Order: sequence, then C-alpha cells, then structure tokens
Amino acid sequence: MPSLELPKLPLGDAIEWLVRWLIKNLDAIFDFFRDVLDAITGAFSSGLLWVHPVFLIVIFGLLIWLITNKLTAILSTVGLVLVWNMGLWPQLVNTLVLVVVAVVIALFIGIPSGILMTRSRKFEAFMRPVLDFMQTMPPFVYLIPAVMLFGIGVVPGLFATVIFAIPPPVRLTYLGITQVPEDTKEMAIAFGANDWQVLTKVELPLSLPSIMAGVNQCIMLGISMVVIASMIGAGGLGEVVMRAVGRLDLALGFESGLAIVILAMVLDRVSRNIGSGKQTPLSRIIGWYKQRRKKKEFEHAA
Amino acid sequence: MTAKIEARNLVKIYGENTAKALELFNRGCSRSEIIQETGLTVGVAGVNFEIAQGEVFVIIGLSGSGKSTLLRCINGLLMPTSGSLLVDGNAVEKLNDEELRKLHGEKISMVFQHFALLPNRTITDNVAFGLELRGTPFEERRQRAQEALIKVGLEEWKDKFPSELSGGMKQRVGLARALVMDSDILLMDEPFSALDALIRAEMQEELISLQQEIKKTVVFVTHDLDEALRLGDRIAIMRDGAIEQIGTADEILSNPANEYVEKFLQGIDVSKILDANSISKWPREVIRKTESVSIALHRMKKADMDYLFVLGARNKLVGMILREDVLKLAKDRQTSIKDIIKETNTVQSNTIMRDVYHELRIAEKDLAVVDDKGRFLGVITHSVLLMTLDERKGGDGIAES
Repeated sequence: MPSLELPKLPLGDAIEWLVRWLIKNLDAIFDFFRDVLDAITGAFSSGLLWVHPVFLIVIFGLLIWLITNKLTAILSTVGLVLVWNMGLWPQLVNTLVLVVVAVVIALFIGIPSGILMTRSRKFEAFMRPVLDFMQTMPPFVYLIPAVMLFGIGVVPGLFATVIFAIPPPVRLTYLGITQVPEDTKEMAIAFGANDWQVLTKVELPLSLPSIMAGVNQCIMLGISMVVIASMIGAGGLGEVVMRAVGRLDLALGFESGLAIVILAMVLDRVSRNIGSGKQTPLSRIIGWYKQRRKKKEFEHAA
Repeated sequence: MTAKIEARNLVKIYGENTAKALELFNRGCSRSEIIQETGLTVGVAGVNFEIAQGEVFVIIGLSGSGKSTLLRCINGLLMPTSGSLLVDGNAVEKLNDEELRKLHGEKISMVFQHFALLPNRTITDNVAFGLELRGTPFEERRQRAQEALIKVGLEEWKDKFPSELSGGMKQRVGLARALVMDSDILLMDEPFSALDALIRAEMQEELISLQQEIKKTVVFVTHDLDEALRLGDRIAIMRDGAIEQIGTADEILSNPANEYVEKFLQGIDVSKILDANSISKWPREVIRKTESVSIALHRMKKADMDYLFVLGARNKLVGMILREDVLKLAKDRQTSIKDIIKETNTVQSNTIMRDVYHELRIAEKDLAVVDDKGRFLGVITHSVLLMTLDERKGGDGIAES
C-alpha cells in the first residue's frame, strides 16, 4: 500500500549518501585509523599469544586474586584452563584484546561525554536521543557502515563494538555526578575549589561506584557485540560460534559459547570489584604500606 | 570603624530574567504578587545590616524566610540581584571568579546543616580539604588539621571515615574544617538543627566557649529561638525575605518592633509555657538500668548530682537512684544498681504549667517528664521553673492559662 499521498522521505538514502561521502572524502583518515587500530590489536594479540598459555593463565589468576579474592581467582583460573583445554585459547585471547581495546576507546569517549552532559544542558538534550538511538538500533545495522568505512576485519568490529558499548558509561557517569549531594558541591566551592577541583576532588570520587557500574556494563555489552562483530571478520570466539552455527555443530557451538560465558564472567567479577571499596589483597597491601610509612614518620618525628 | 560585613539594600531573586521581578519589587509589590506575576521567588527582599568584627550575628526565621539565602549571599555562593554585600568594605558581587575563590579560601569559611563531609576521605583529610584546595603542603595541612581536631575534641578519630562517626561528631569535623582555614568569618547554616536535643545543647556550649577563644565574626542561621537567644550577640528576625527586627536578645524580648516579632517570640514562648515538656531540660547525666554502680558514682561526681534518673530500653523511665544508696552499694562491693531503684515523681509531657507547679512542690527531688508511653523526656528542676516564671514577668501567663 502506498503511504498516503505523501512521497516517501529518503531517510535511508540520505544516510547512505552521507557514508559514501565520508568514504570518498575522508578515506585517508579512516585508513589511518584502521592501520593504527589494526597495529595495536595485532601487537597485543600476538604478544599475548607468544607467551605460553599456562604462564599467562597463572599471571591472569594472580592479577584477579589481587583485585578480587581467592575464590574468584581460583574459579577464574579453572575456567581459563578449561578454555585452553577446549583448544579455544587463541580465539579467547583475540576476543579479549578486541573487548579490552573497544572498552578503553568507549570509556575514553564515554566518561568525558557523561561529564560534559552534567555541565551543559544543551549537550545533555542533544545526547539523550543519540544514546537512545545507539542503544536501541539493532547492533547488526552498525555492521554495514562499519564495513563500508573500514572494510572487513578487526577494526570495523571494534567500531561497531565501541558504538554499541558507549551508552552505559555515558549514562552512568552522568547519573553518578548528578547524584552527588548539592551541599557537598556547595561546600567545595565555599572552601575555594575551582571547577576542575570540584570535578576531581568531589564529583568523580563520589560518583565512582556509579561510573564503575558503567564500566562493567560497557564490558558486558562489548563482549556480546564481539560475537556479532565476527560476522564481518573480527575473529575470535565469535567466529567459532558462527562456524558452529553454519555447520549446525552442536558440540563446537556449546564449547565456544561456554568459552564466551567464562570470559564474560571473569571480566564481570573483576570489573565489578574495582572501585567497589571492598577489601582486596591489593587494597590490603596498599593499606599495609601506608601504615608502615606512617609508622616511619612517627619514629622520625619522635 | 567599618563593619566587617555590611548589606545594603540587598535583594536576591531566584531564577533567570529577574529584571521584571526586580522592577515589581521596587514598585513595592509583595512577594506573593511577584510570584504570581513572574513565577520568580524573592529570596531576600531589601535587607540592610552591619556586622562588627568578632560579633556573633544570628539570623532567625521560619523556613522559607530567606535566611539561608542571605547567608549564601555573604560568601558569594549566591549573587545578589541588586544592592550590595560588603566584606571588609569590598563588594562581593563585584569580585571575579579568581577573587571570589580567594575570598572563600582565605576570608570566609562555612559550616553546613548536613555536614557535607566527603565520605571517601578520612577525618583528617576532610578537615584539611580547604587547605588542600589552597595548595598548602601535605605535611603542614596535616599538622594543622590535627590541631583543629584537638580543638573540637576529635583527635582520636583522625584516621576514621565519616560513616563511622555520630551526627554530633560529624558536625565537629565540619567545624574543624572551617576553623583550620583560619579565616576571619565563620558562616554557620543551621549547623546544629540536624542533631538531637542533648547533643545540640552540648555543641552550643562548646561553640560559645570556643568563640571566646577564637573571636571570629560568626553569622549563624537557625530556626530555633532558644539557640538564637543563647548564642547571638545580636539577632535578626527574618520574614518573607525581609528583616523585621535587629537587636540584642534583651532588646528584642523586651521591645519587639512589631506584631510579627511579638508573635514570633510568643509563638515559641507560649507553647513553652503551656506544657511540661517545653520547659524540661535533659539532665546533665542519666544512667541505664544495666549500667554498674561505679559508672553511677562516676556520673554523679562528674555532674555534681545527688541522684540519677534510670532509663530502660527506648528511654523508658524506670526510676531514680540516690547517691547515698549508691555509696552503700559501693561499700558492699555490689555492681548492679537494680535493687536500689526508687520510684520517682513524674508528670506527663502535656501537663499544663499550673499542675506542674503543684507537682513540683510535693516532689521529693526534681520532676521527671515522660510521654504517654512512659519514655523519659527531661527533667524540670525548681530553678528552671522559677526562671520560666521570671521570664513571663511574674507568672501572669500561668494565671491566664
């Protein structure tokens, strides 16, 4: 049925024209980004794969123990060993690198955007629909411009993942800062703080739990997007999942899916613990060190 | 001598596009007319005052009377819409950001109603916050923070976090944070109103004795008349953004400027006169049913009292213990006070004054005031009653009630 008497608005065509225009005129820039990101992810992946899995798993286990607790560390190590045992270690490392790089980029853009939203009403009004758009647009759709801009490979996967994973850190940074009590900010100003000091000494520390929840969500979305991104050649565990789906290979599908679950759980537990204020071996070590320094000062003074 | 702080025709209207509201205000429109016309609220409506160096100036009014707004105009947290606010002869509203920060950092410190402590910092770091912003070196600011904590009696708590402190302690930290700046002017925005009655009285006493030592210019906002009378060298009574009267406690009490002030004083006074609760005071010391003989002795000695009221769970009044009985127990090396608890004379909190007077005459010791659930609310002593009578000029208030 023709839509009333009105001509159809060429929305889709407009977007396509925009992307084609970008490719035509800013190709050099996109190529540059692609090469840089390719190099970075490539270097990380091959660096981590150069180390023997056992050694790497032990290092990971220790790091996880430092920032969480014994139980989480043991379970994570068991999980990682299982992935290695299933023969999915290289894919896991690739996925990990992809997620980490995407999350770092997303946070780099997302947290400052969240801060900016609290400072400018206009920017906030602009960002709200943009965030809604980014979160609700089916993620597959991002793959099309990603491929057009960056071709096939890791970088378009990164691009799509970053866009998909940015909203939570933006929203939760904004939320965290707006929830800082008004009188606490007023106090900082009344004691002579400038804007930067209000931000760094009051707003950010007090909204840290909220911001860290945003980081956690960012990582989780990143992982889920990485599977989808493998459709355009991002590699990693997602690629194995795709292959299993293509061949209706239940065994392979389960194993690769399980590997993703293990990775997701490990990253979730780790990111949830950072900044939560819980006692961890690392915080105990820092506490012990501070105590010792204080004692020394005391002796020095006496 | 010039005033330390001076307000000249100070007007603060909240919101944007205040020009029209200001014009209405200058034409003499009332606050409610201006809200109706423009939707803007007049916070401070043409206020004039001078505060001298070293004076404790109390601003009192009901909520919404503009007292907190006025306070925030003094340190430029809010900028006046028109008129001028001078600190040491310099107009605050003309300062640029940098000068304003200097004013905050060096000349004026503030204490907040809800403490506004930073939960992620230790007590020392909270107290040192202003110095940190100012760029004082680490060692020096820690040194000074600890000195300030000693002044408010919290040196033991310096490495704790705010969540580990009680309300009263938190406000001591707030006070120490202001004192450490060594600024001339202390702004206090209802600093004790979030504290319970007992702690509040204690903090007021402490502030008075501290002020004798530090001699700052204090601007103190409150809605509690008792607090205003106790602390203020001079008191300003505010209503709808304007000051109704400024004067010493005596001047205001003996010579209210207008009907509103009279009512304001009475409104609080009359309810005071009417029932037992309002003239009762929390005793210097009480004791719990479960506490020991040695604690009882210690408290009696410290508070110079020859009896103590005994409280049970939820402050329920159990009775009283007398000094001679406690001494006897101590001699027998007993520890529990349970056996010597005596009955005590009580009145309900809503008992009117005439009956309170009667009860007090027949009571053996001071009179305990309880609510309808038997919870202890305070004590009426002979001297308190006499003082109340005296305030009411011969007790004519009682005869009427």
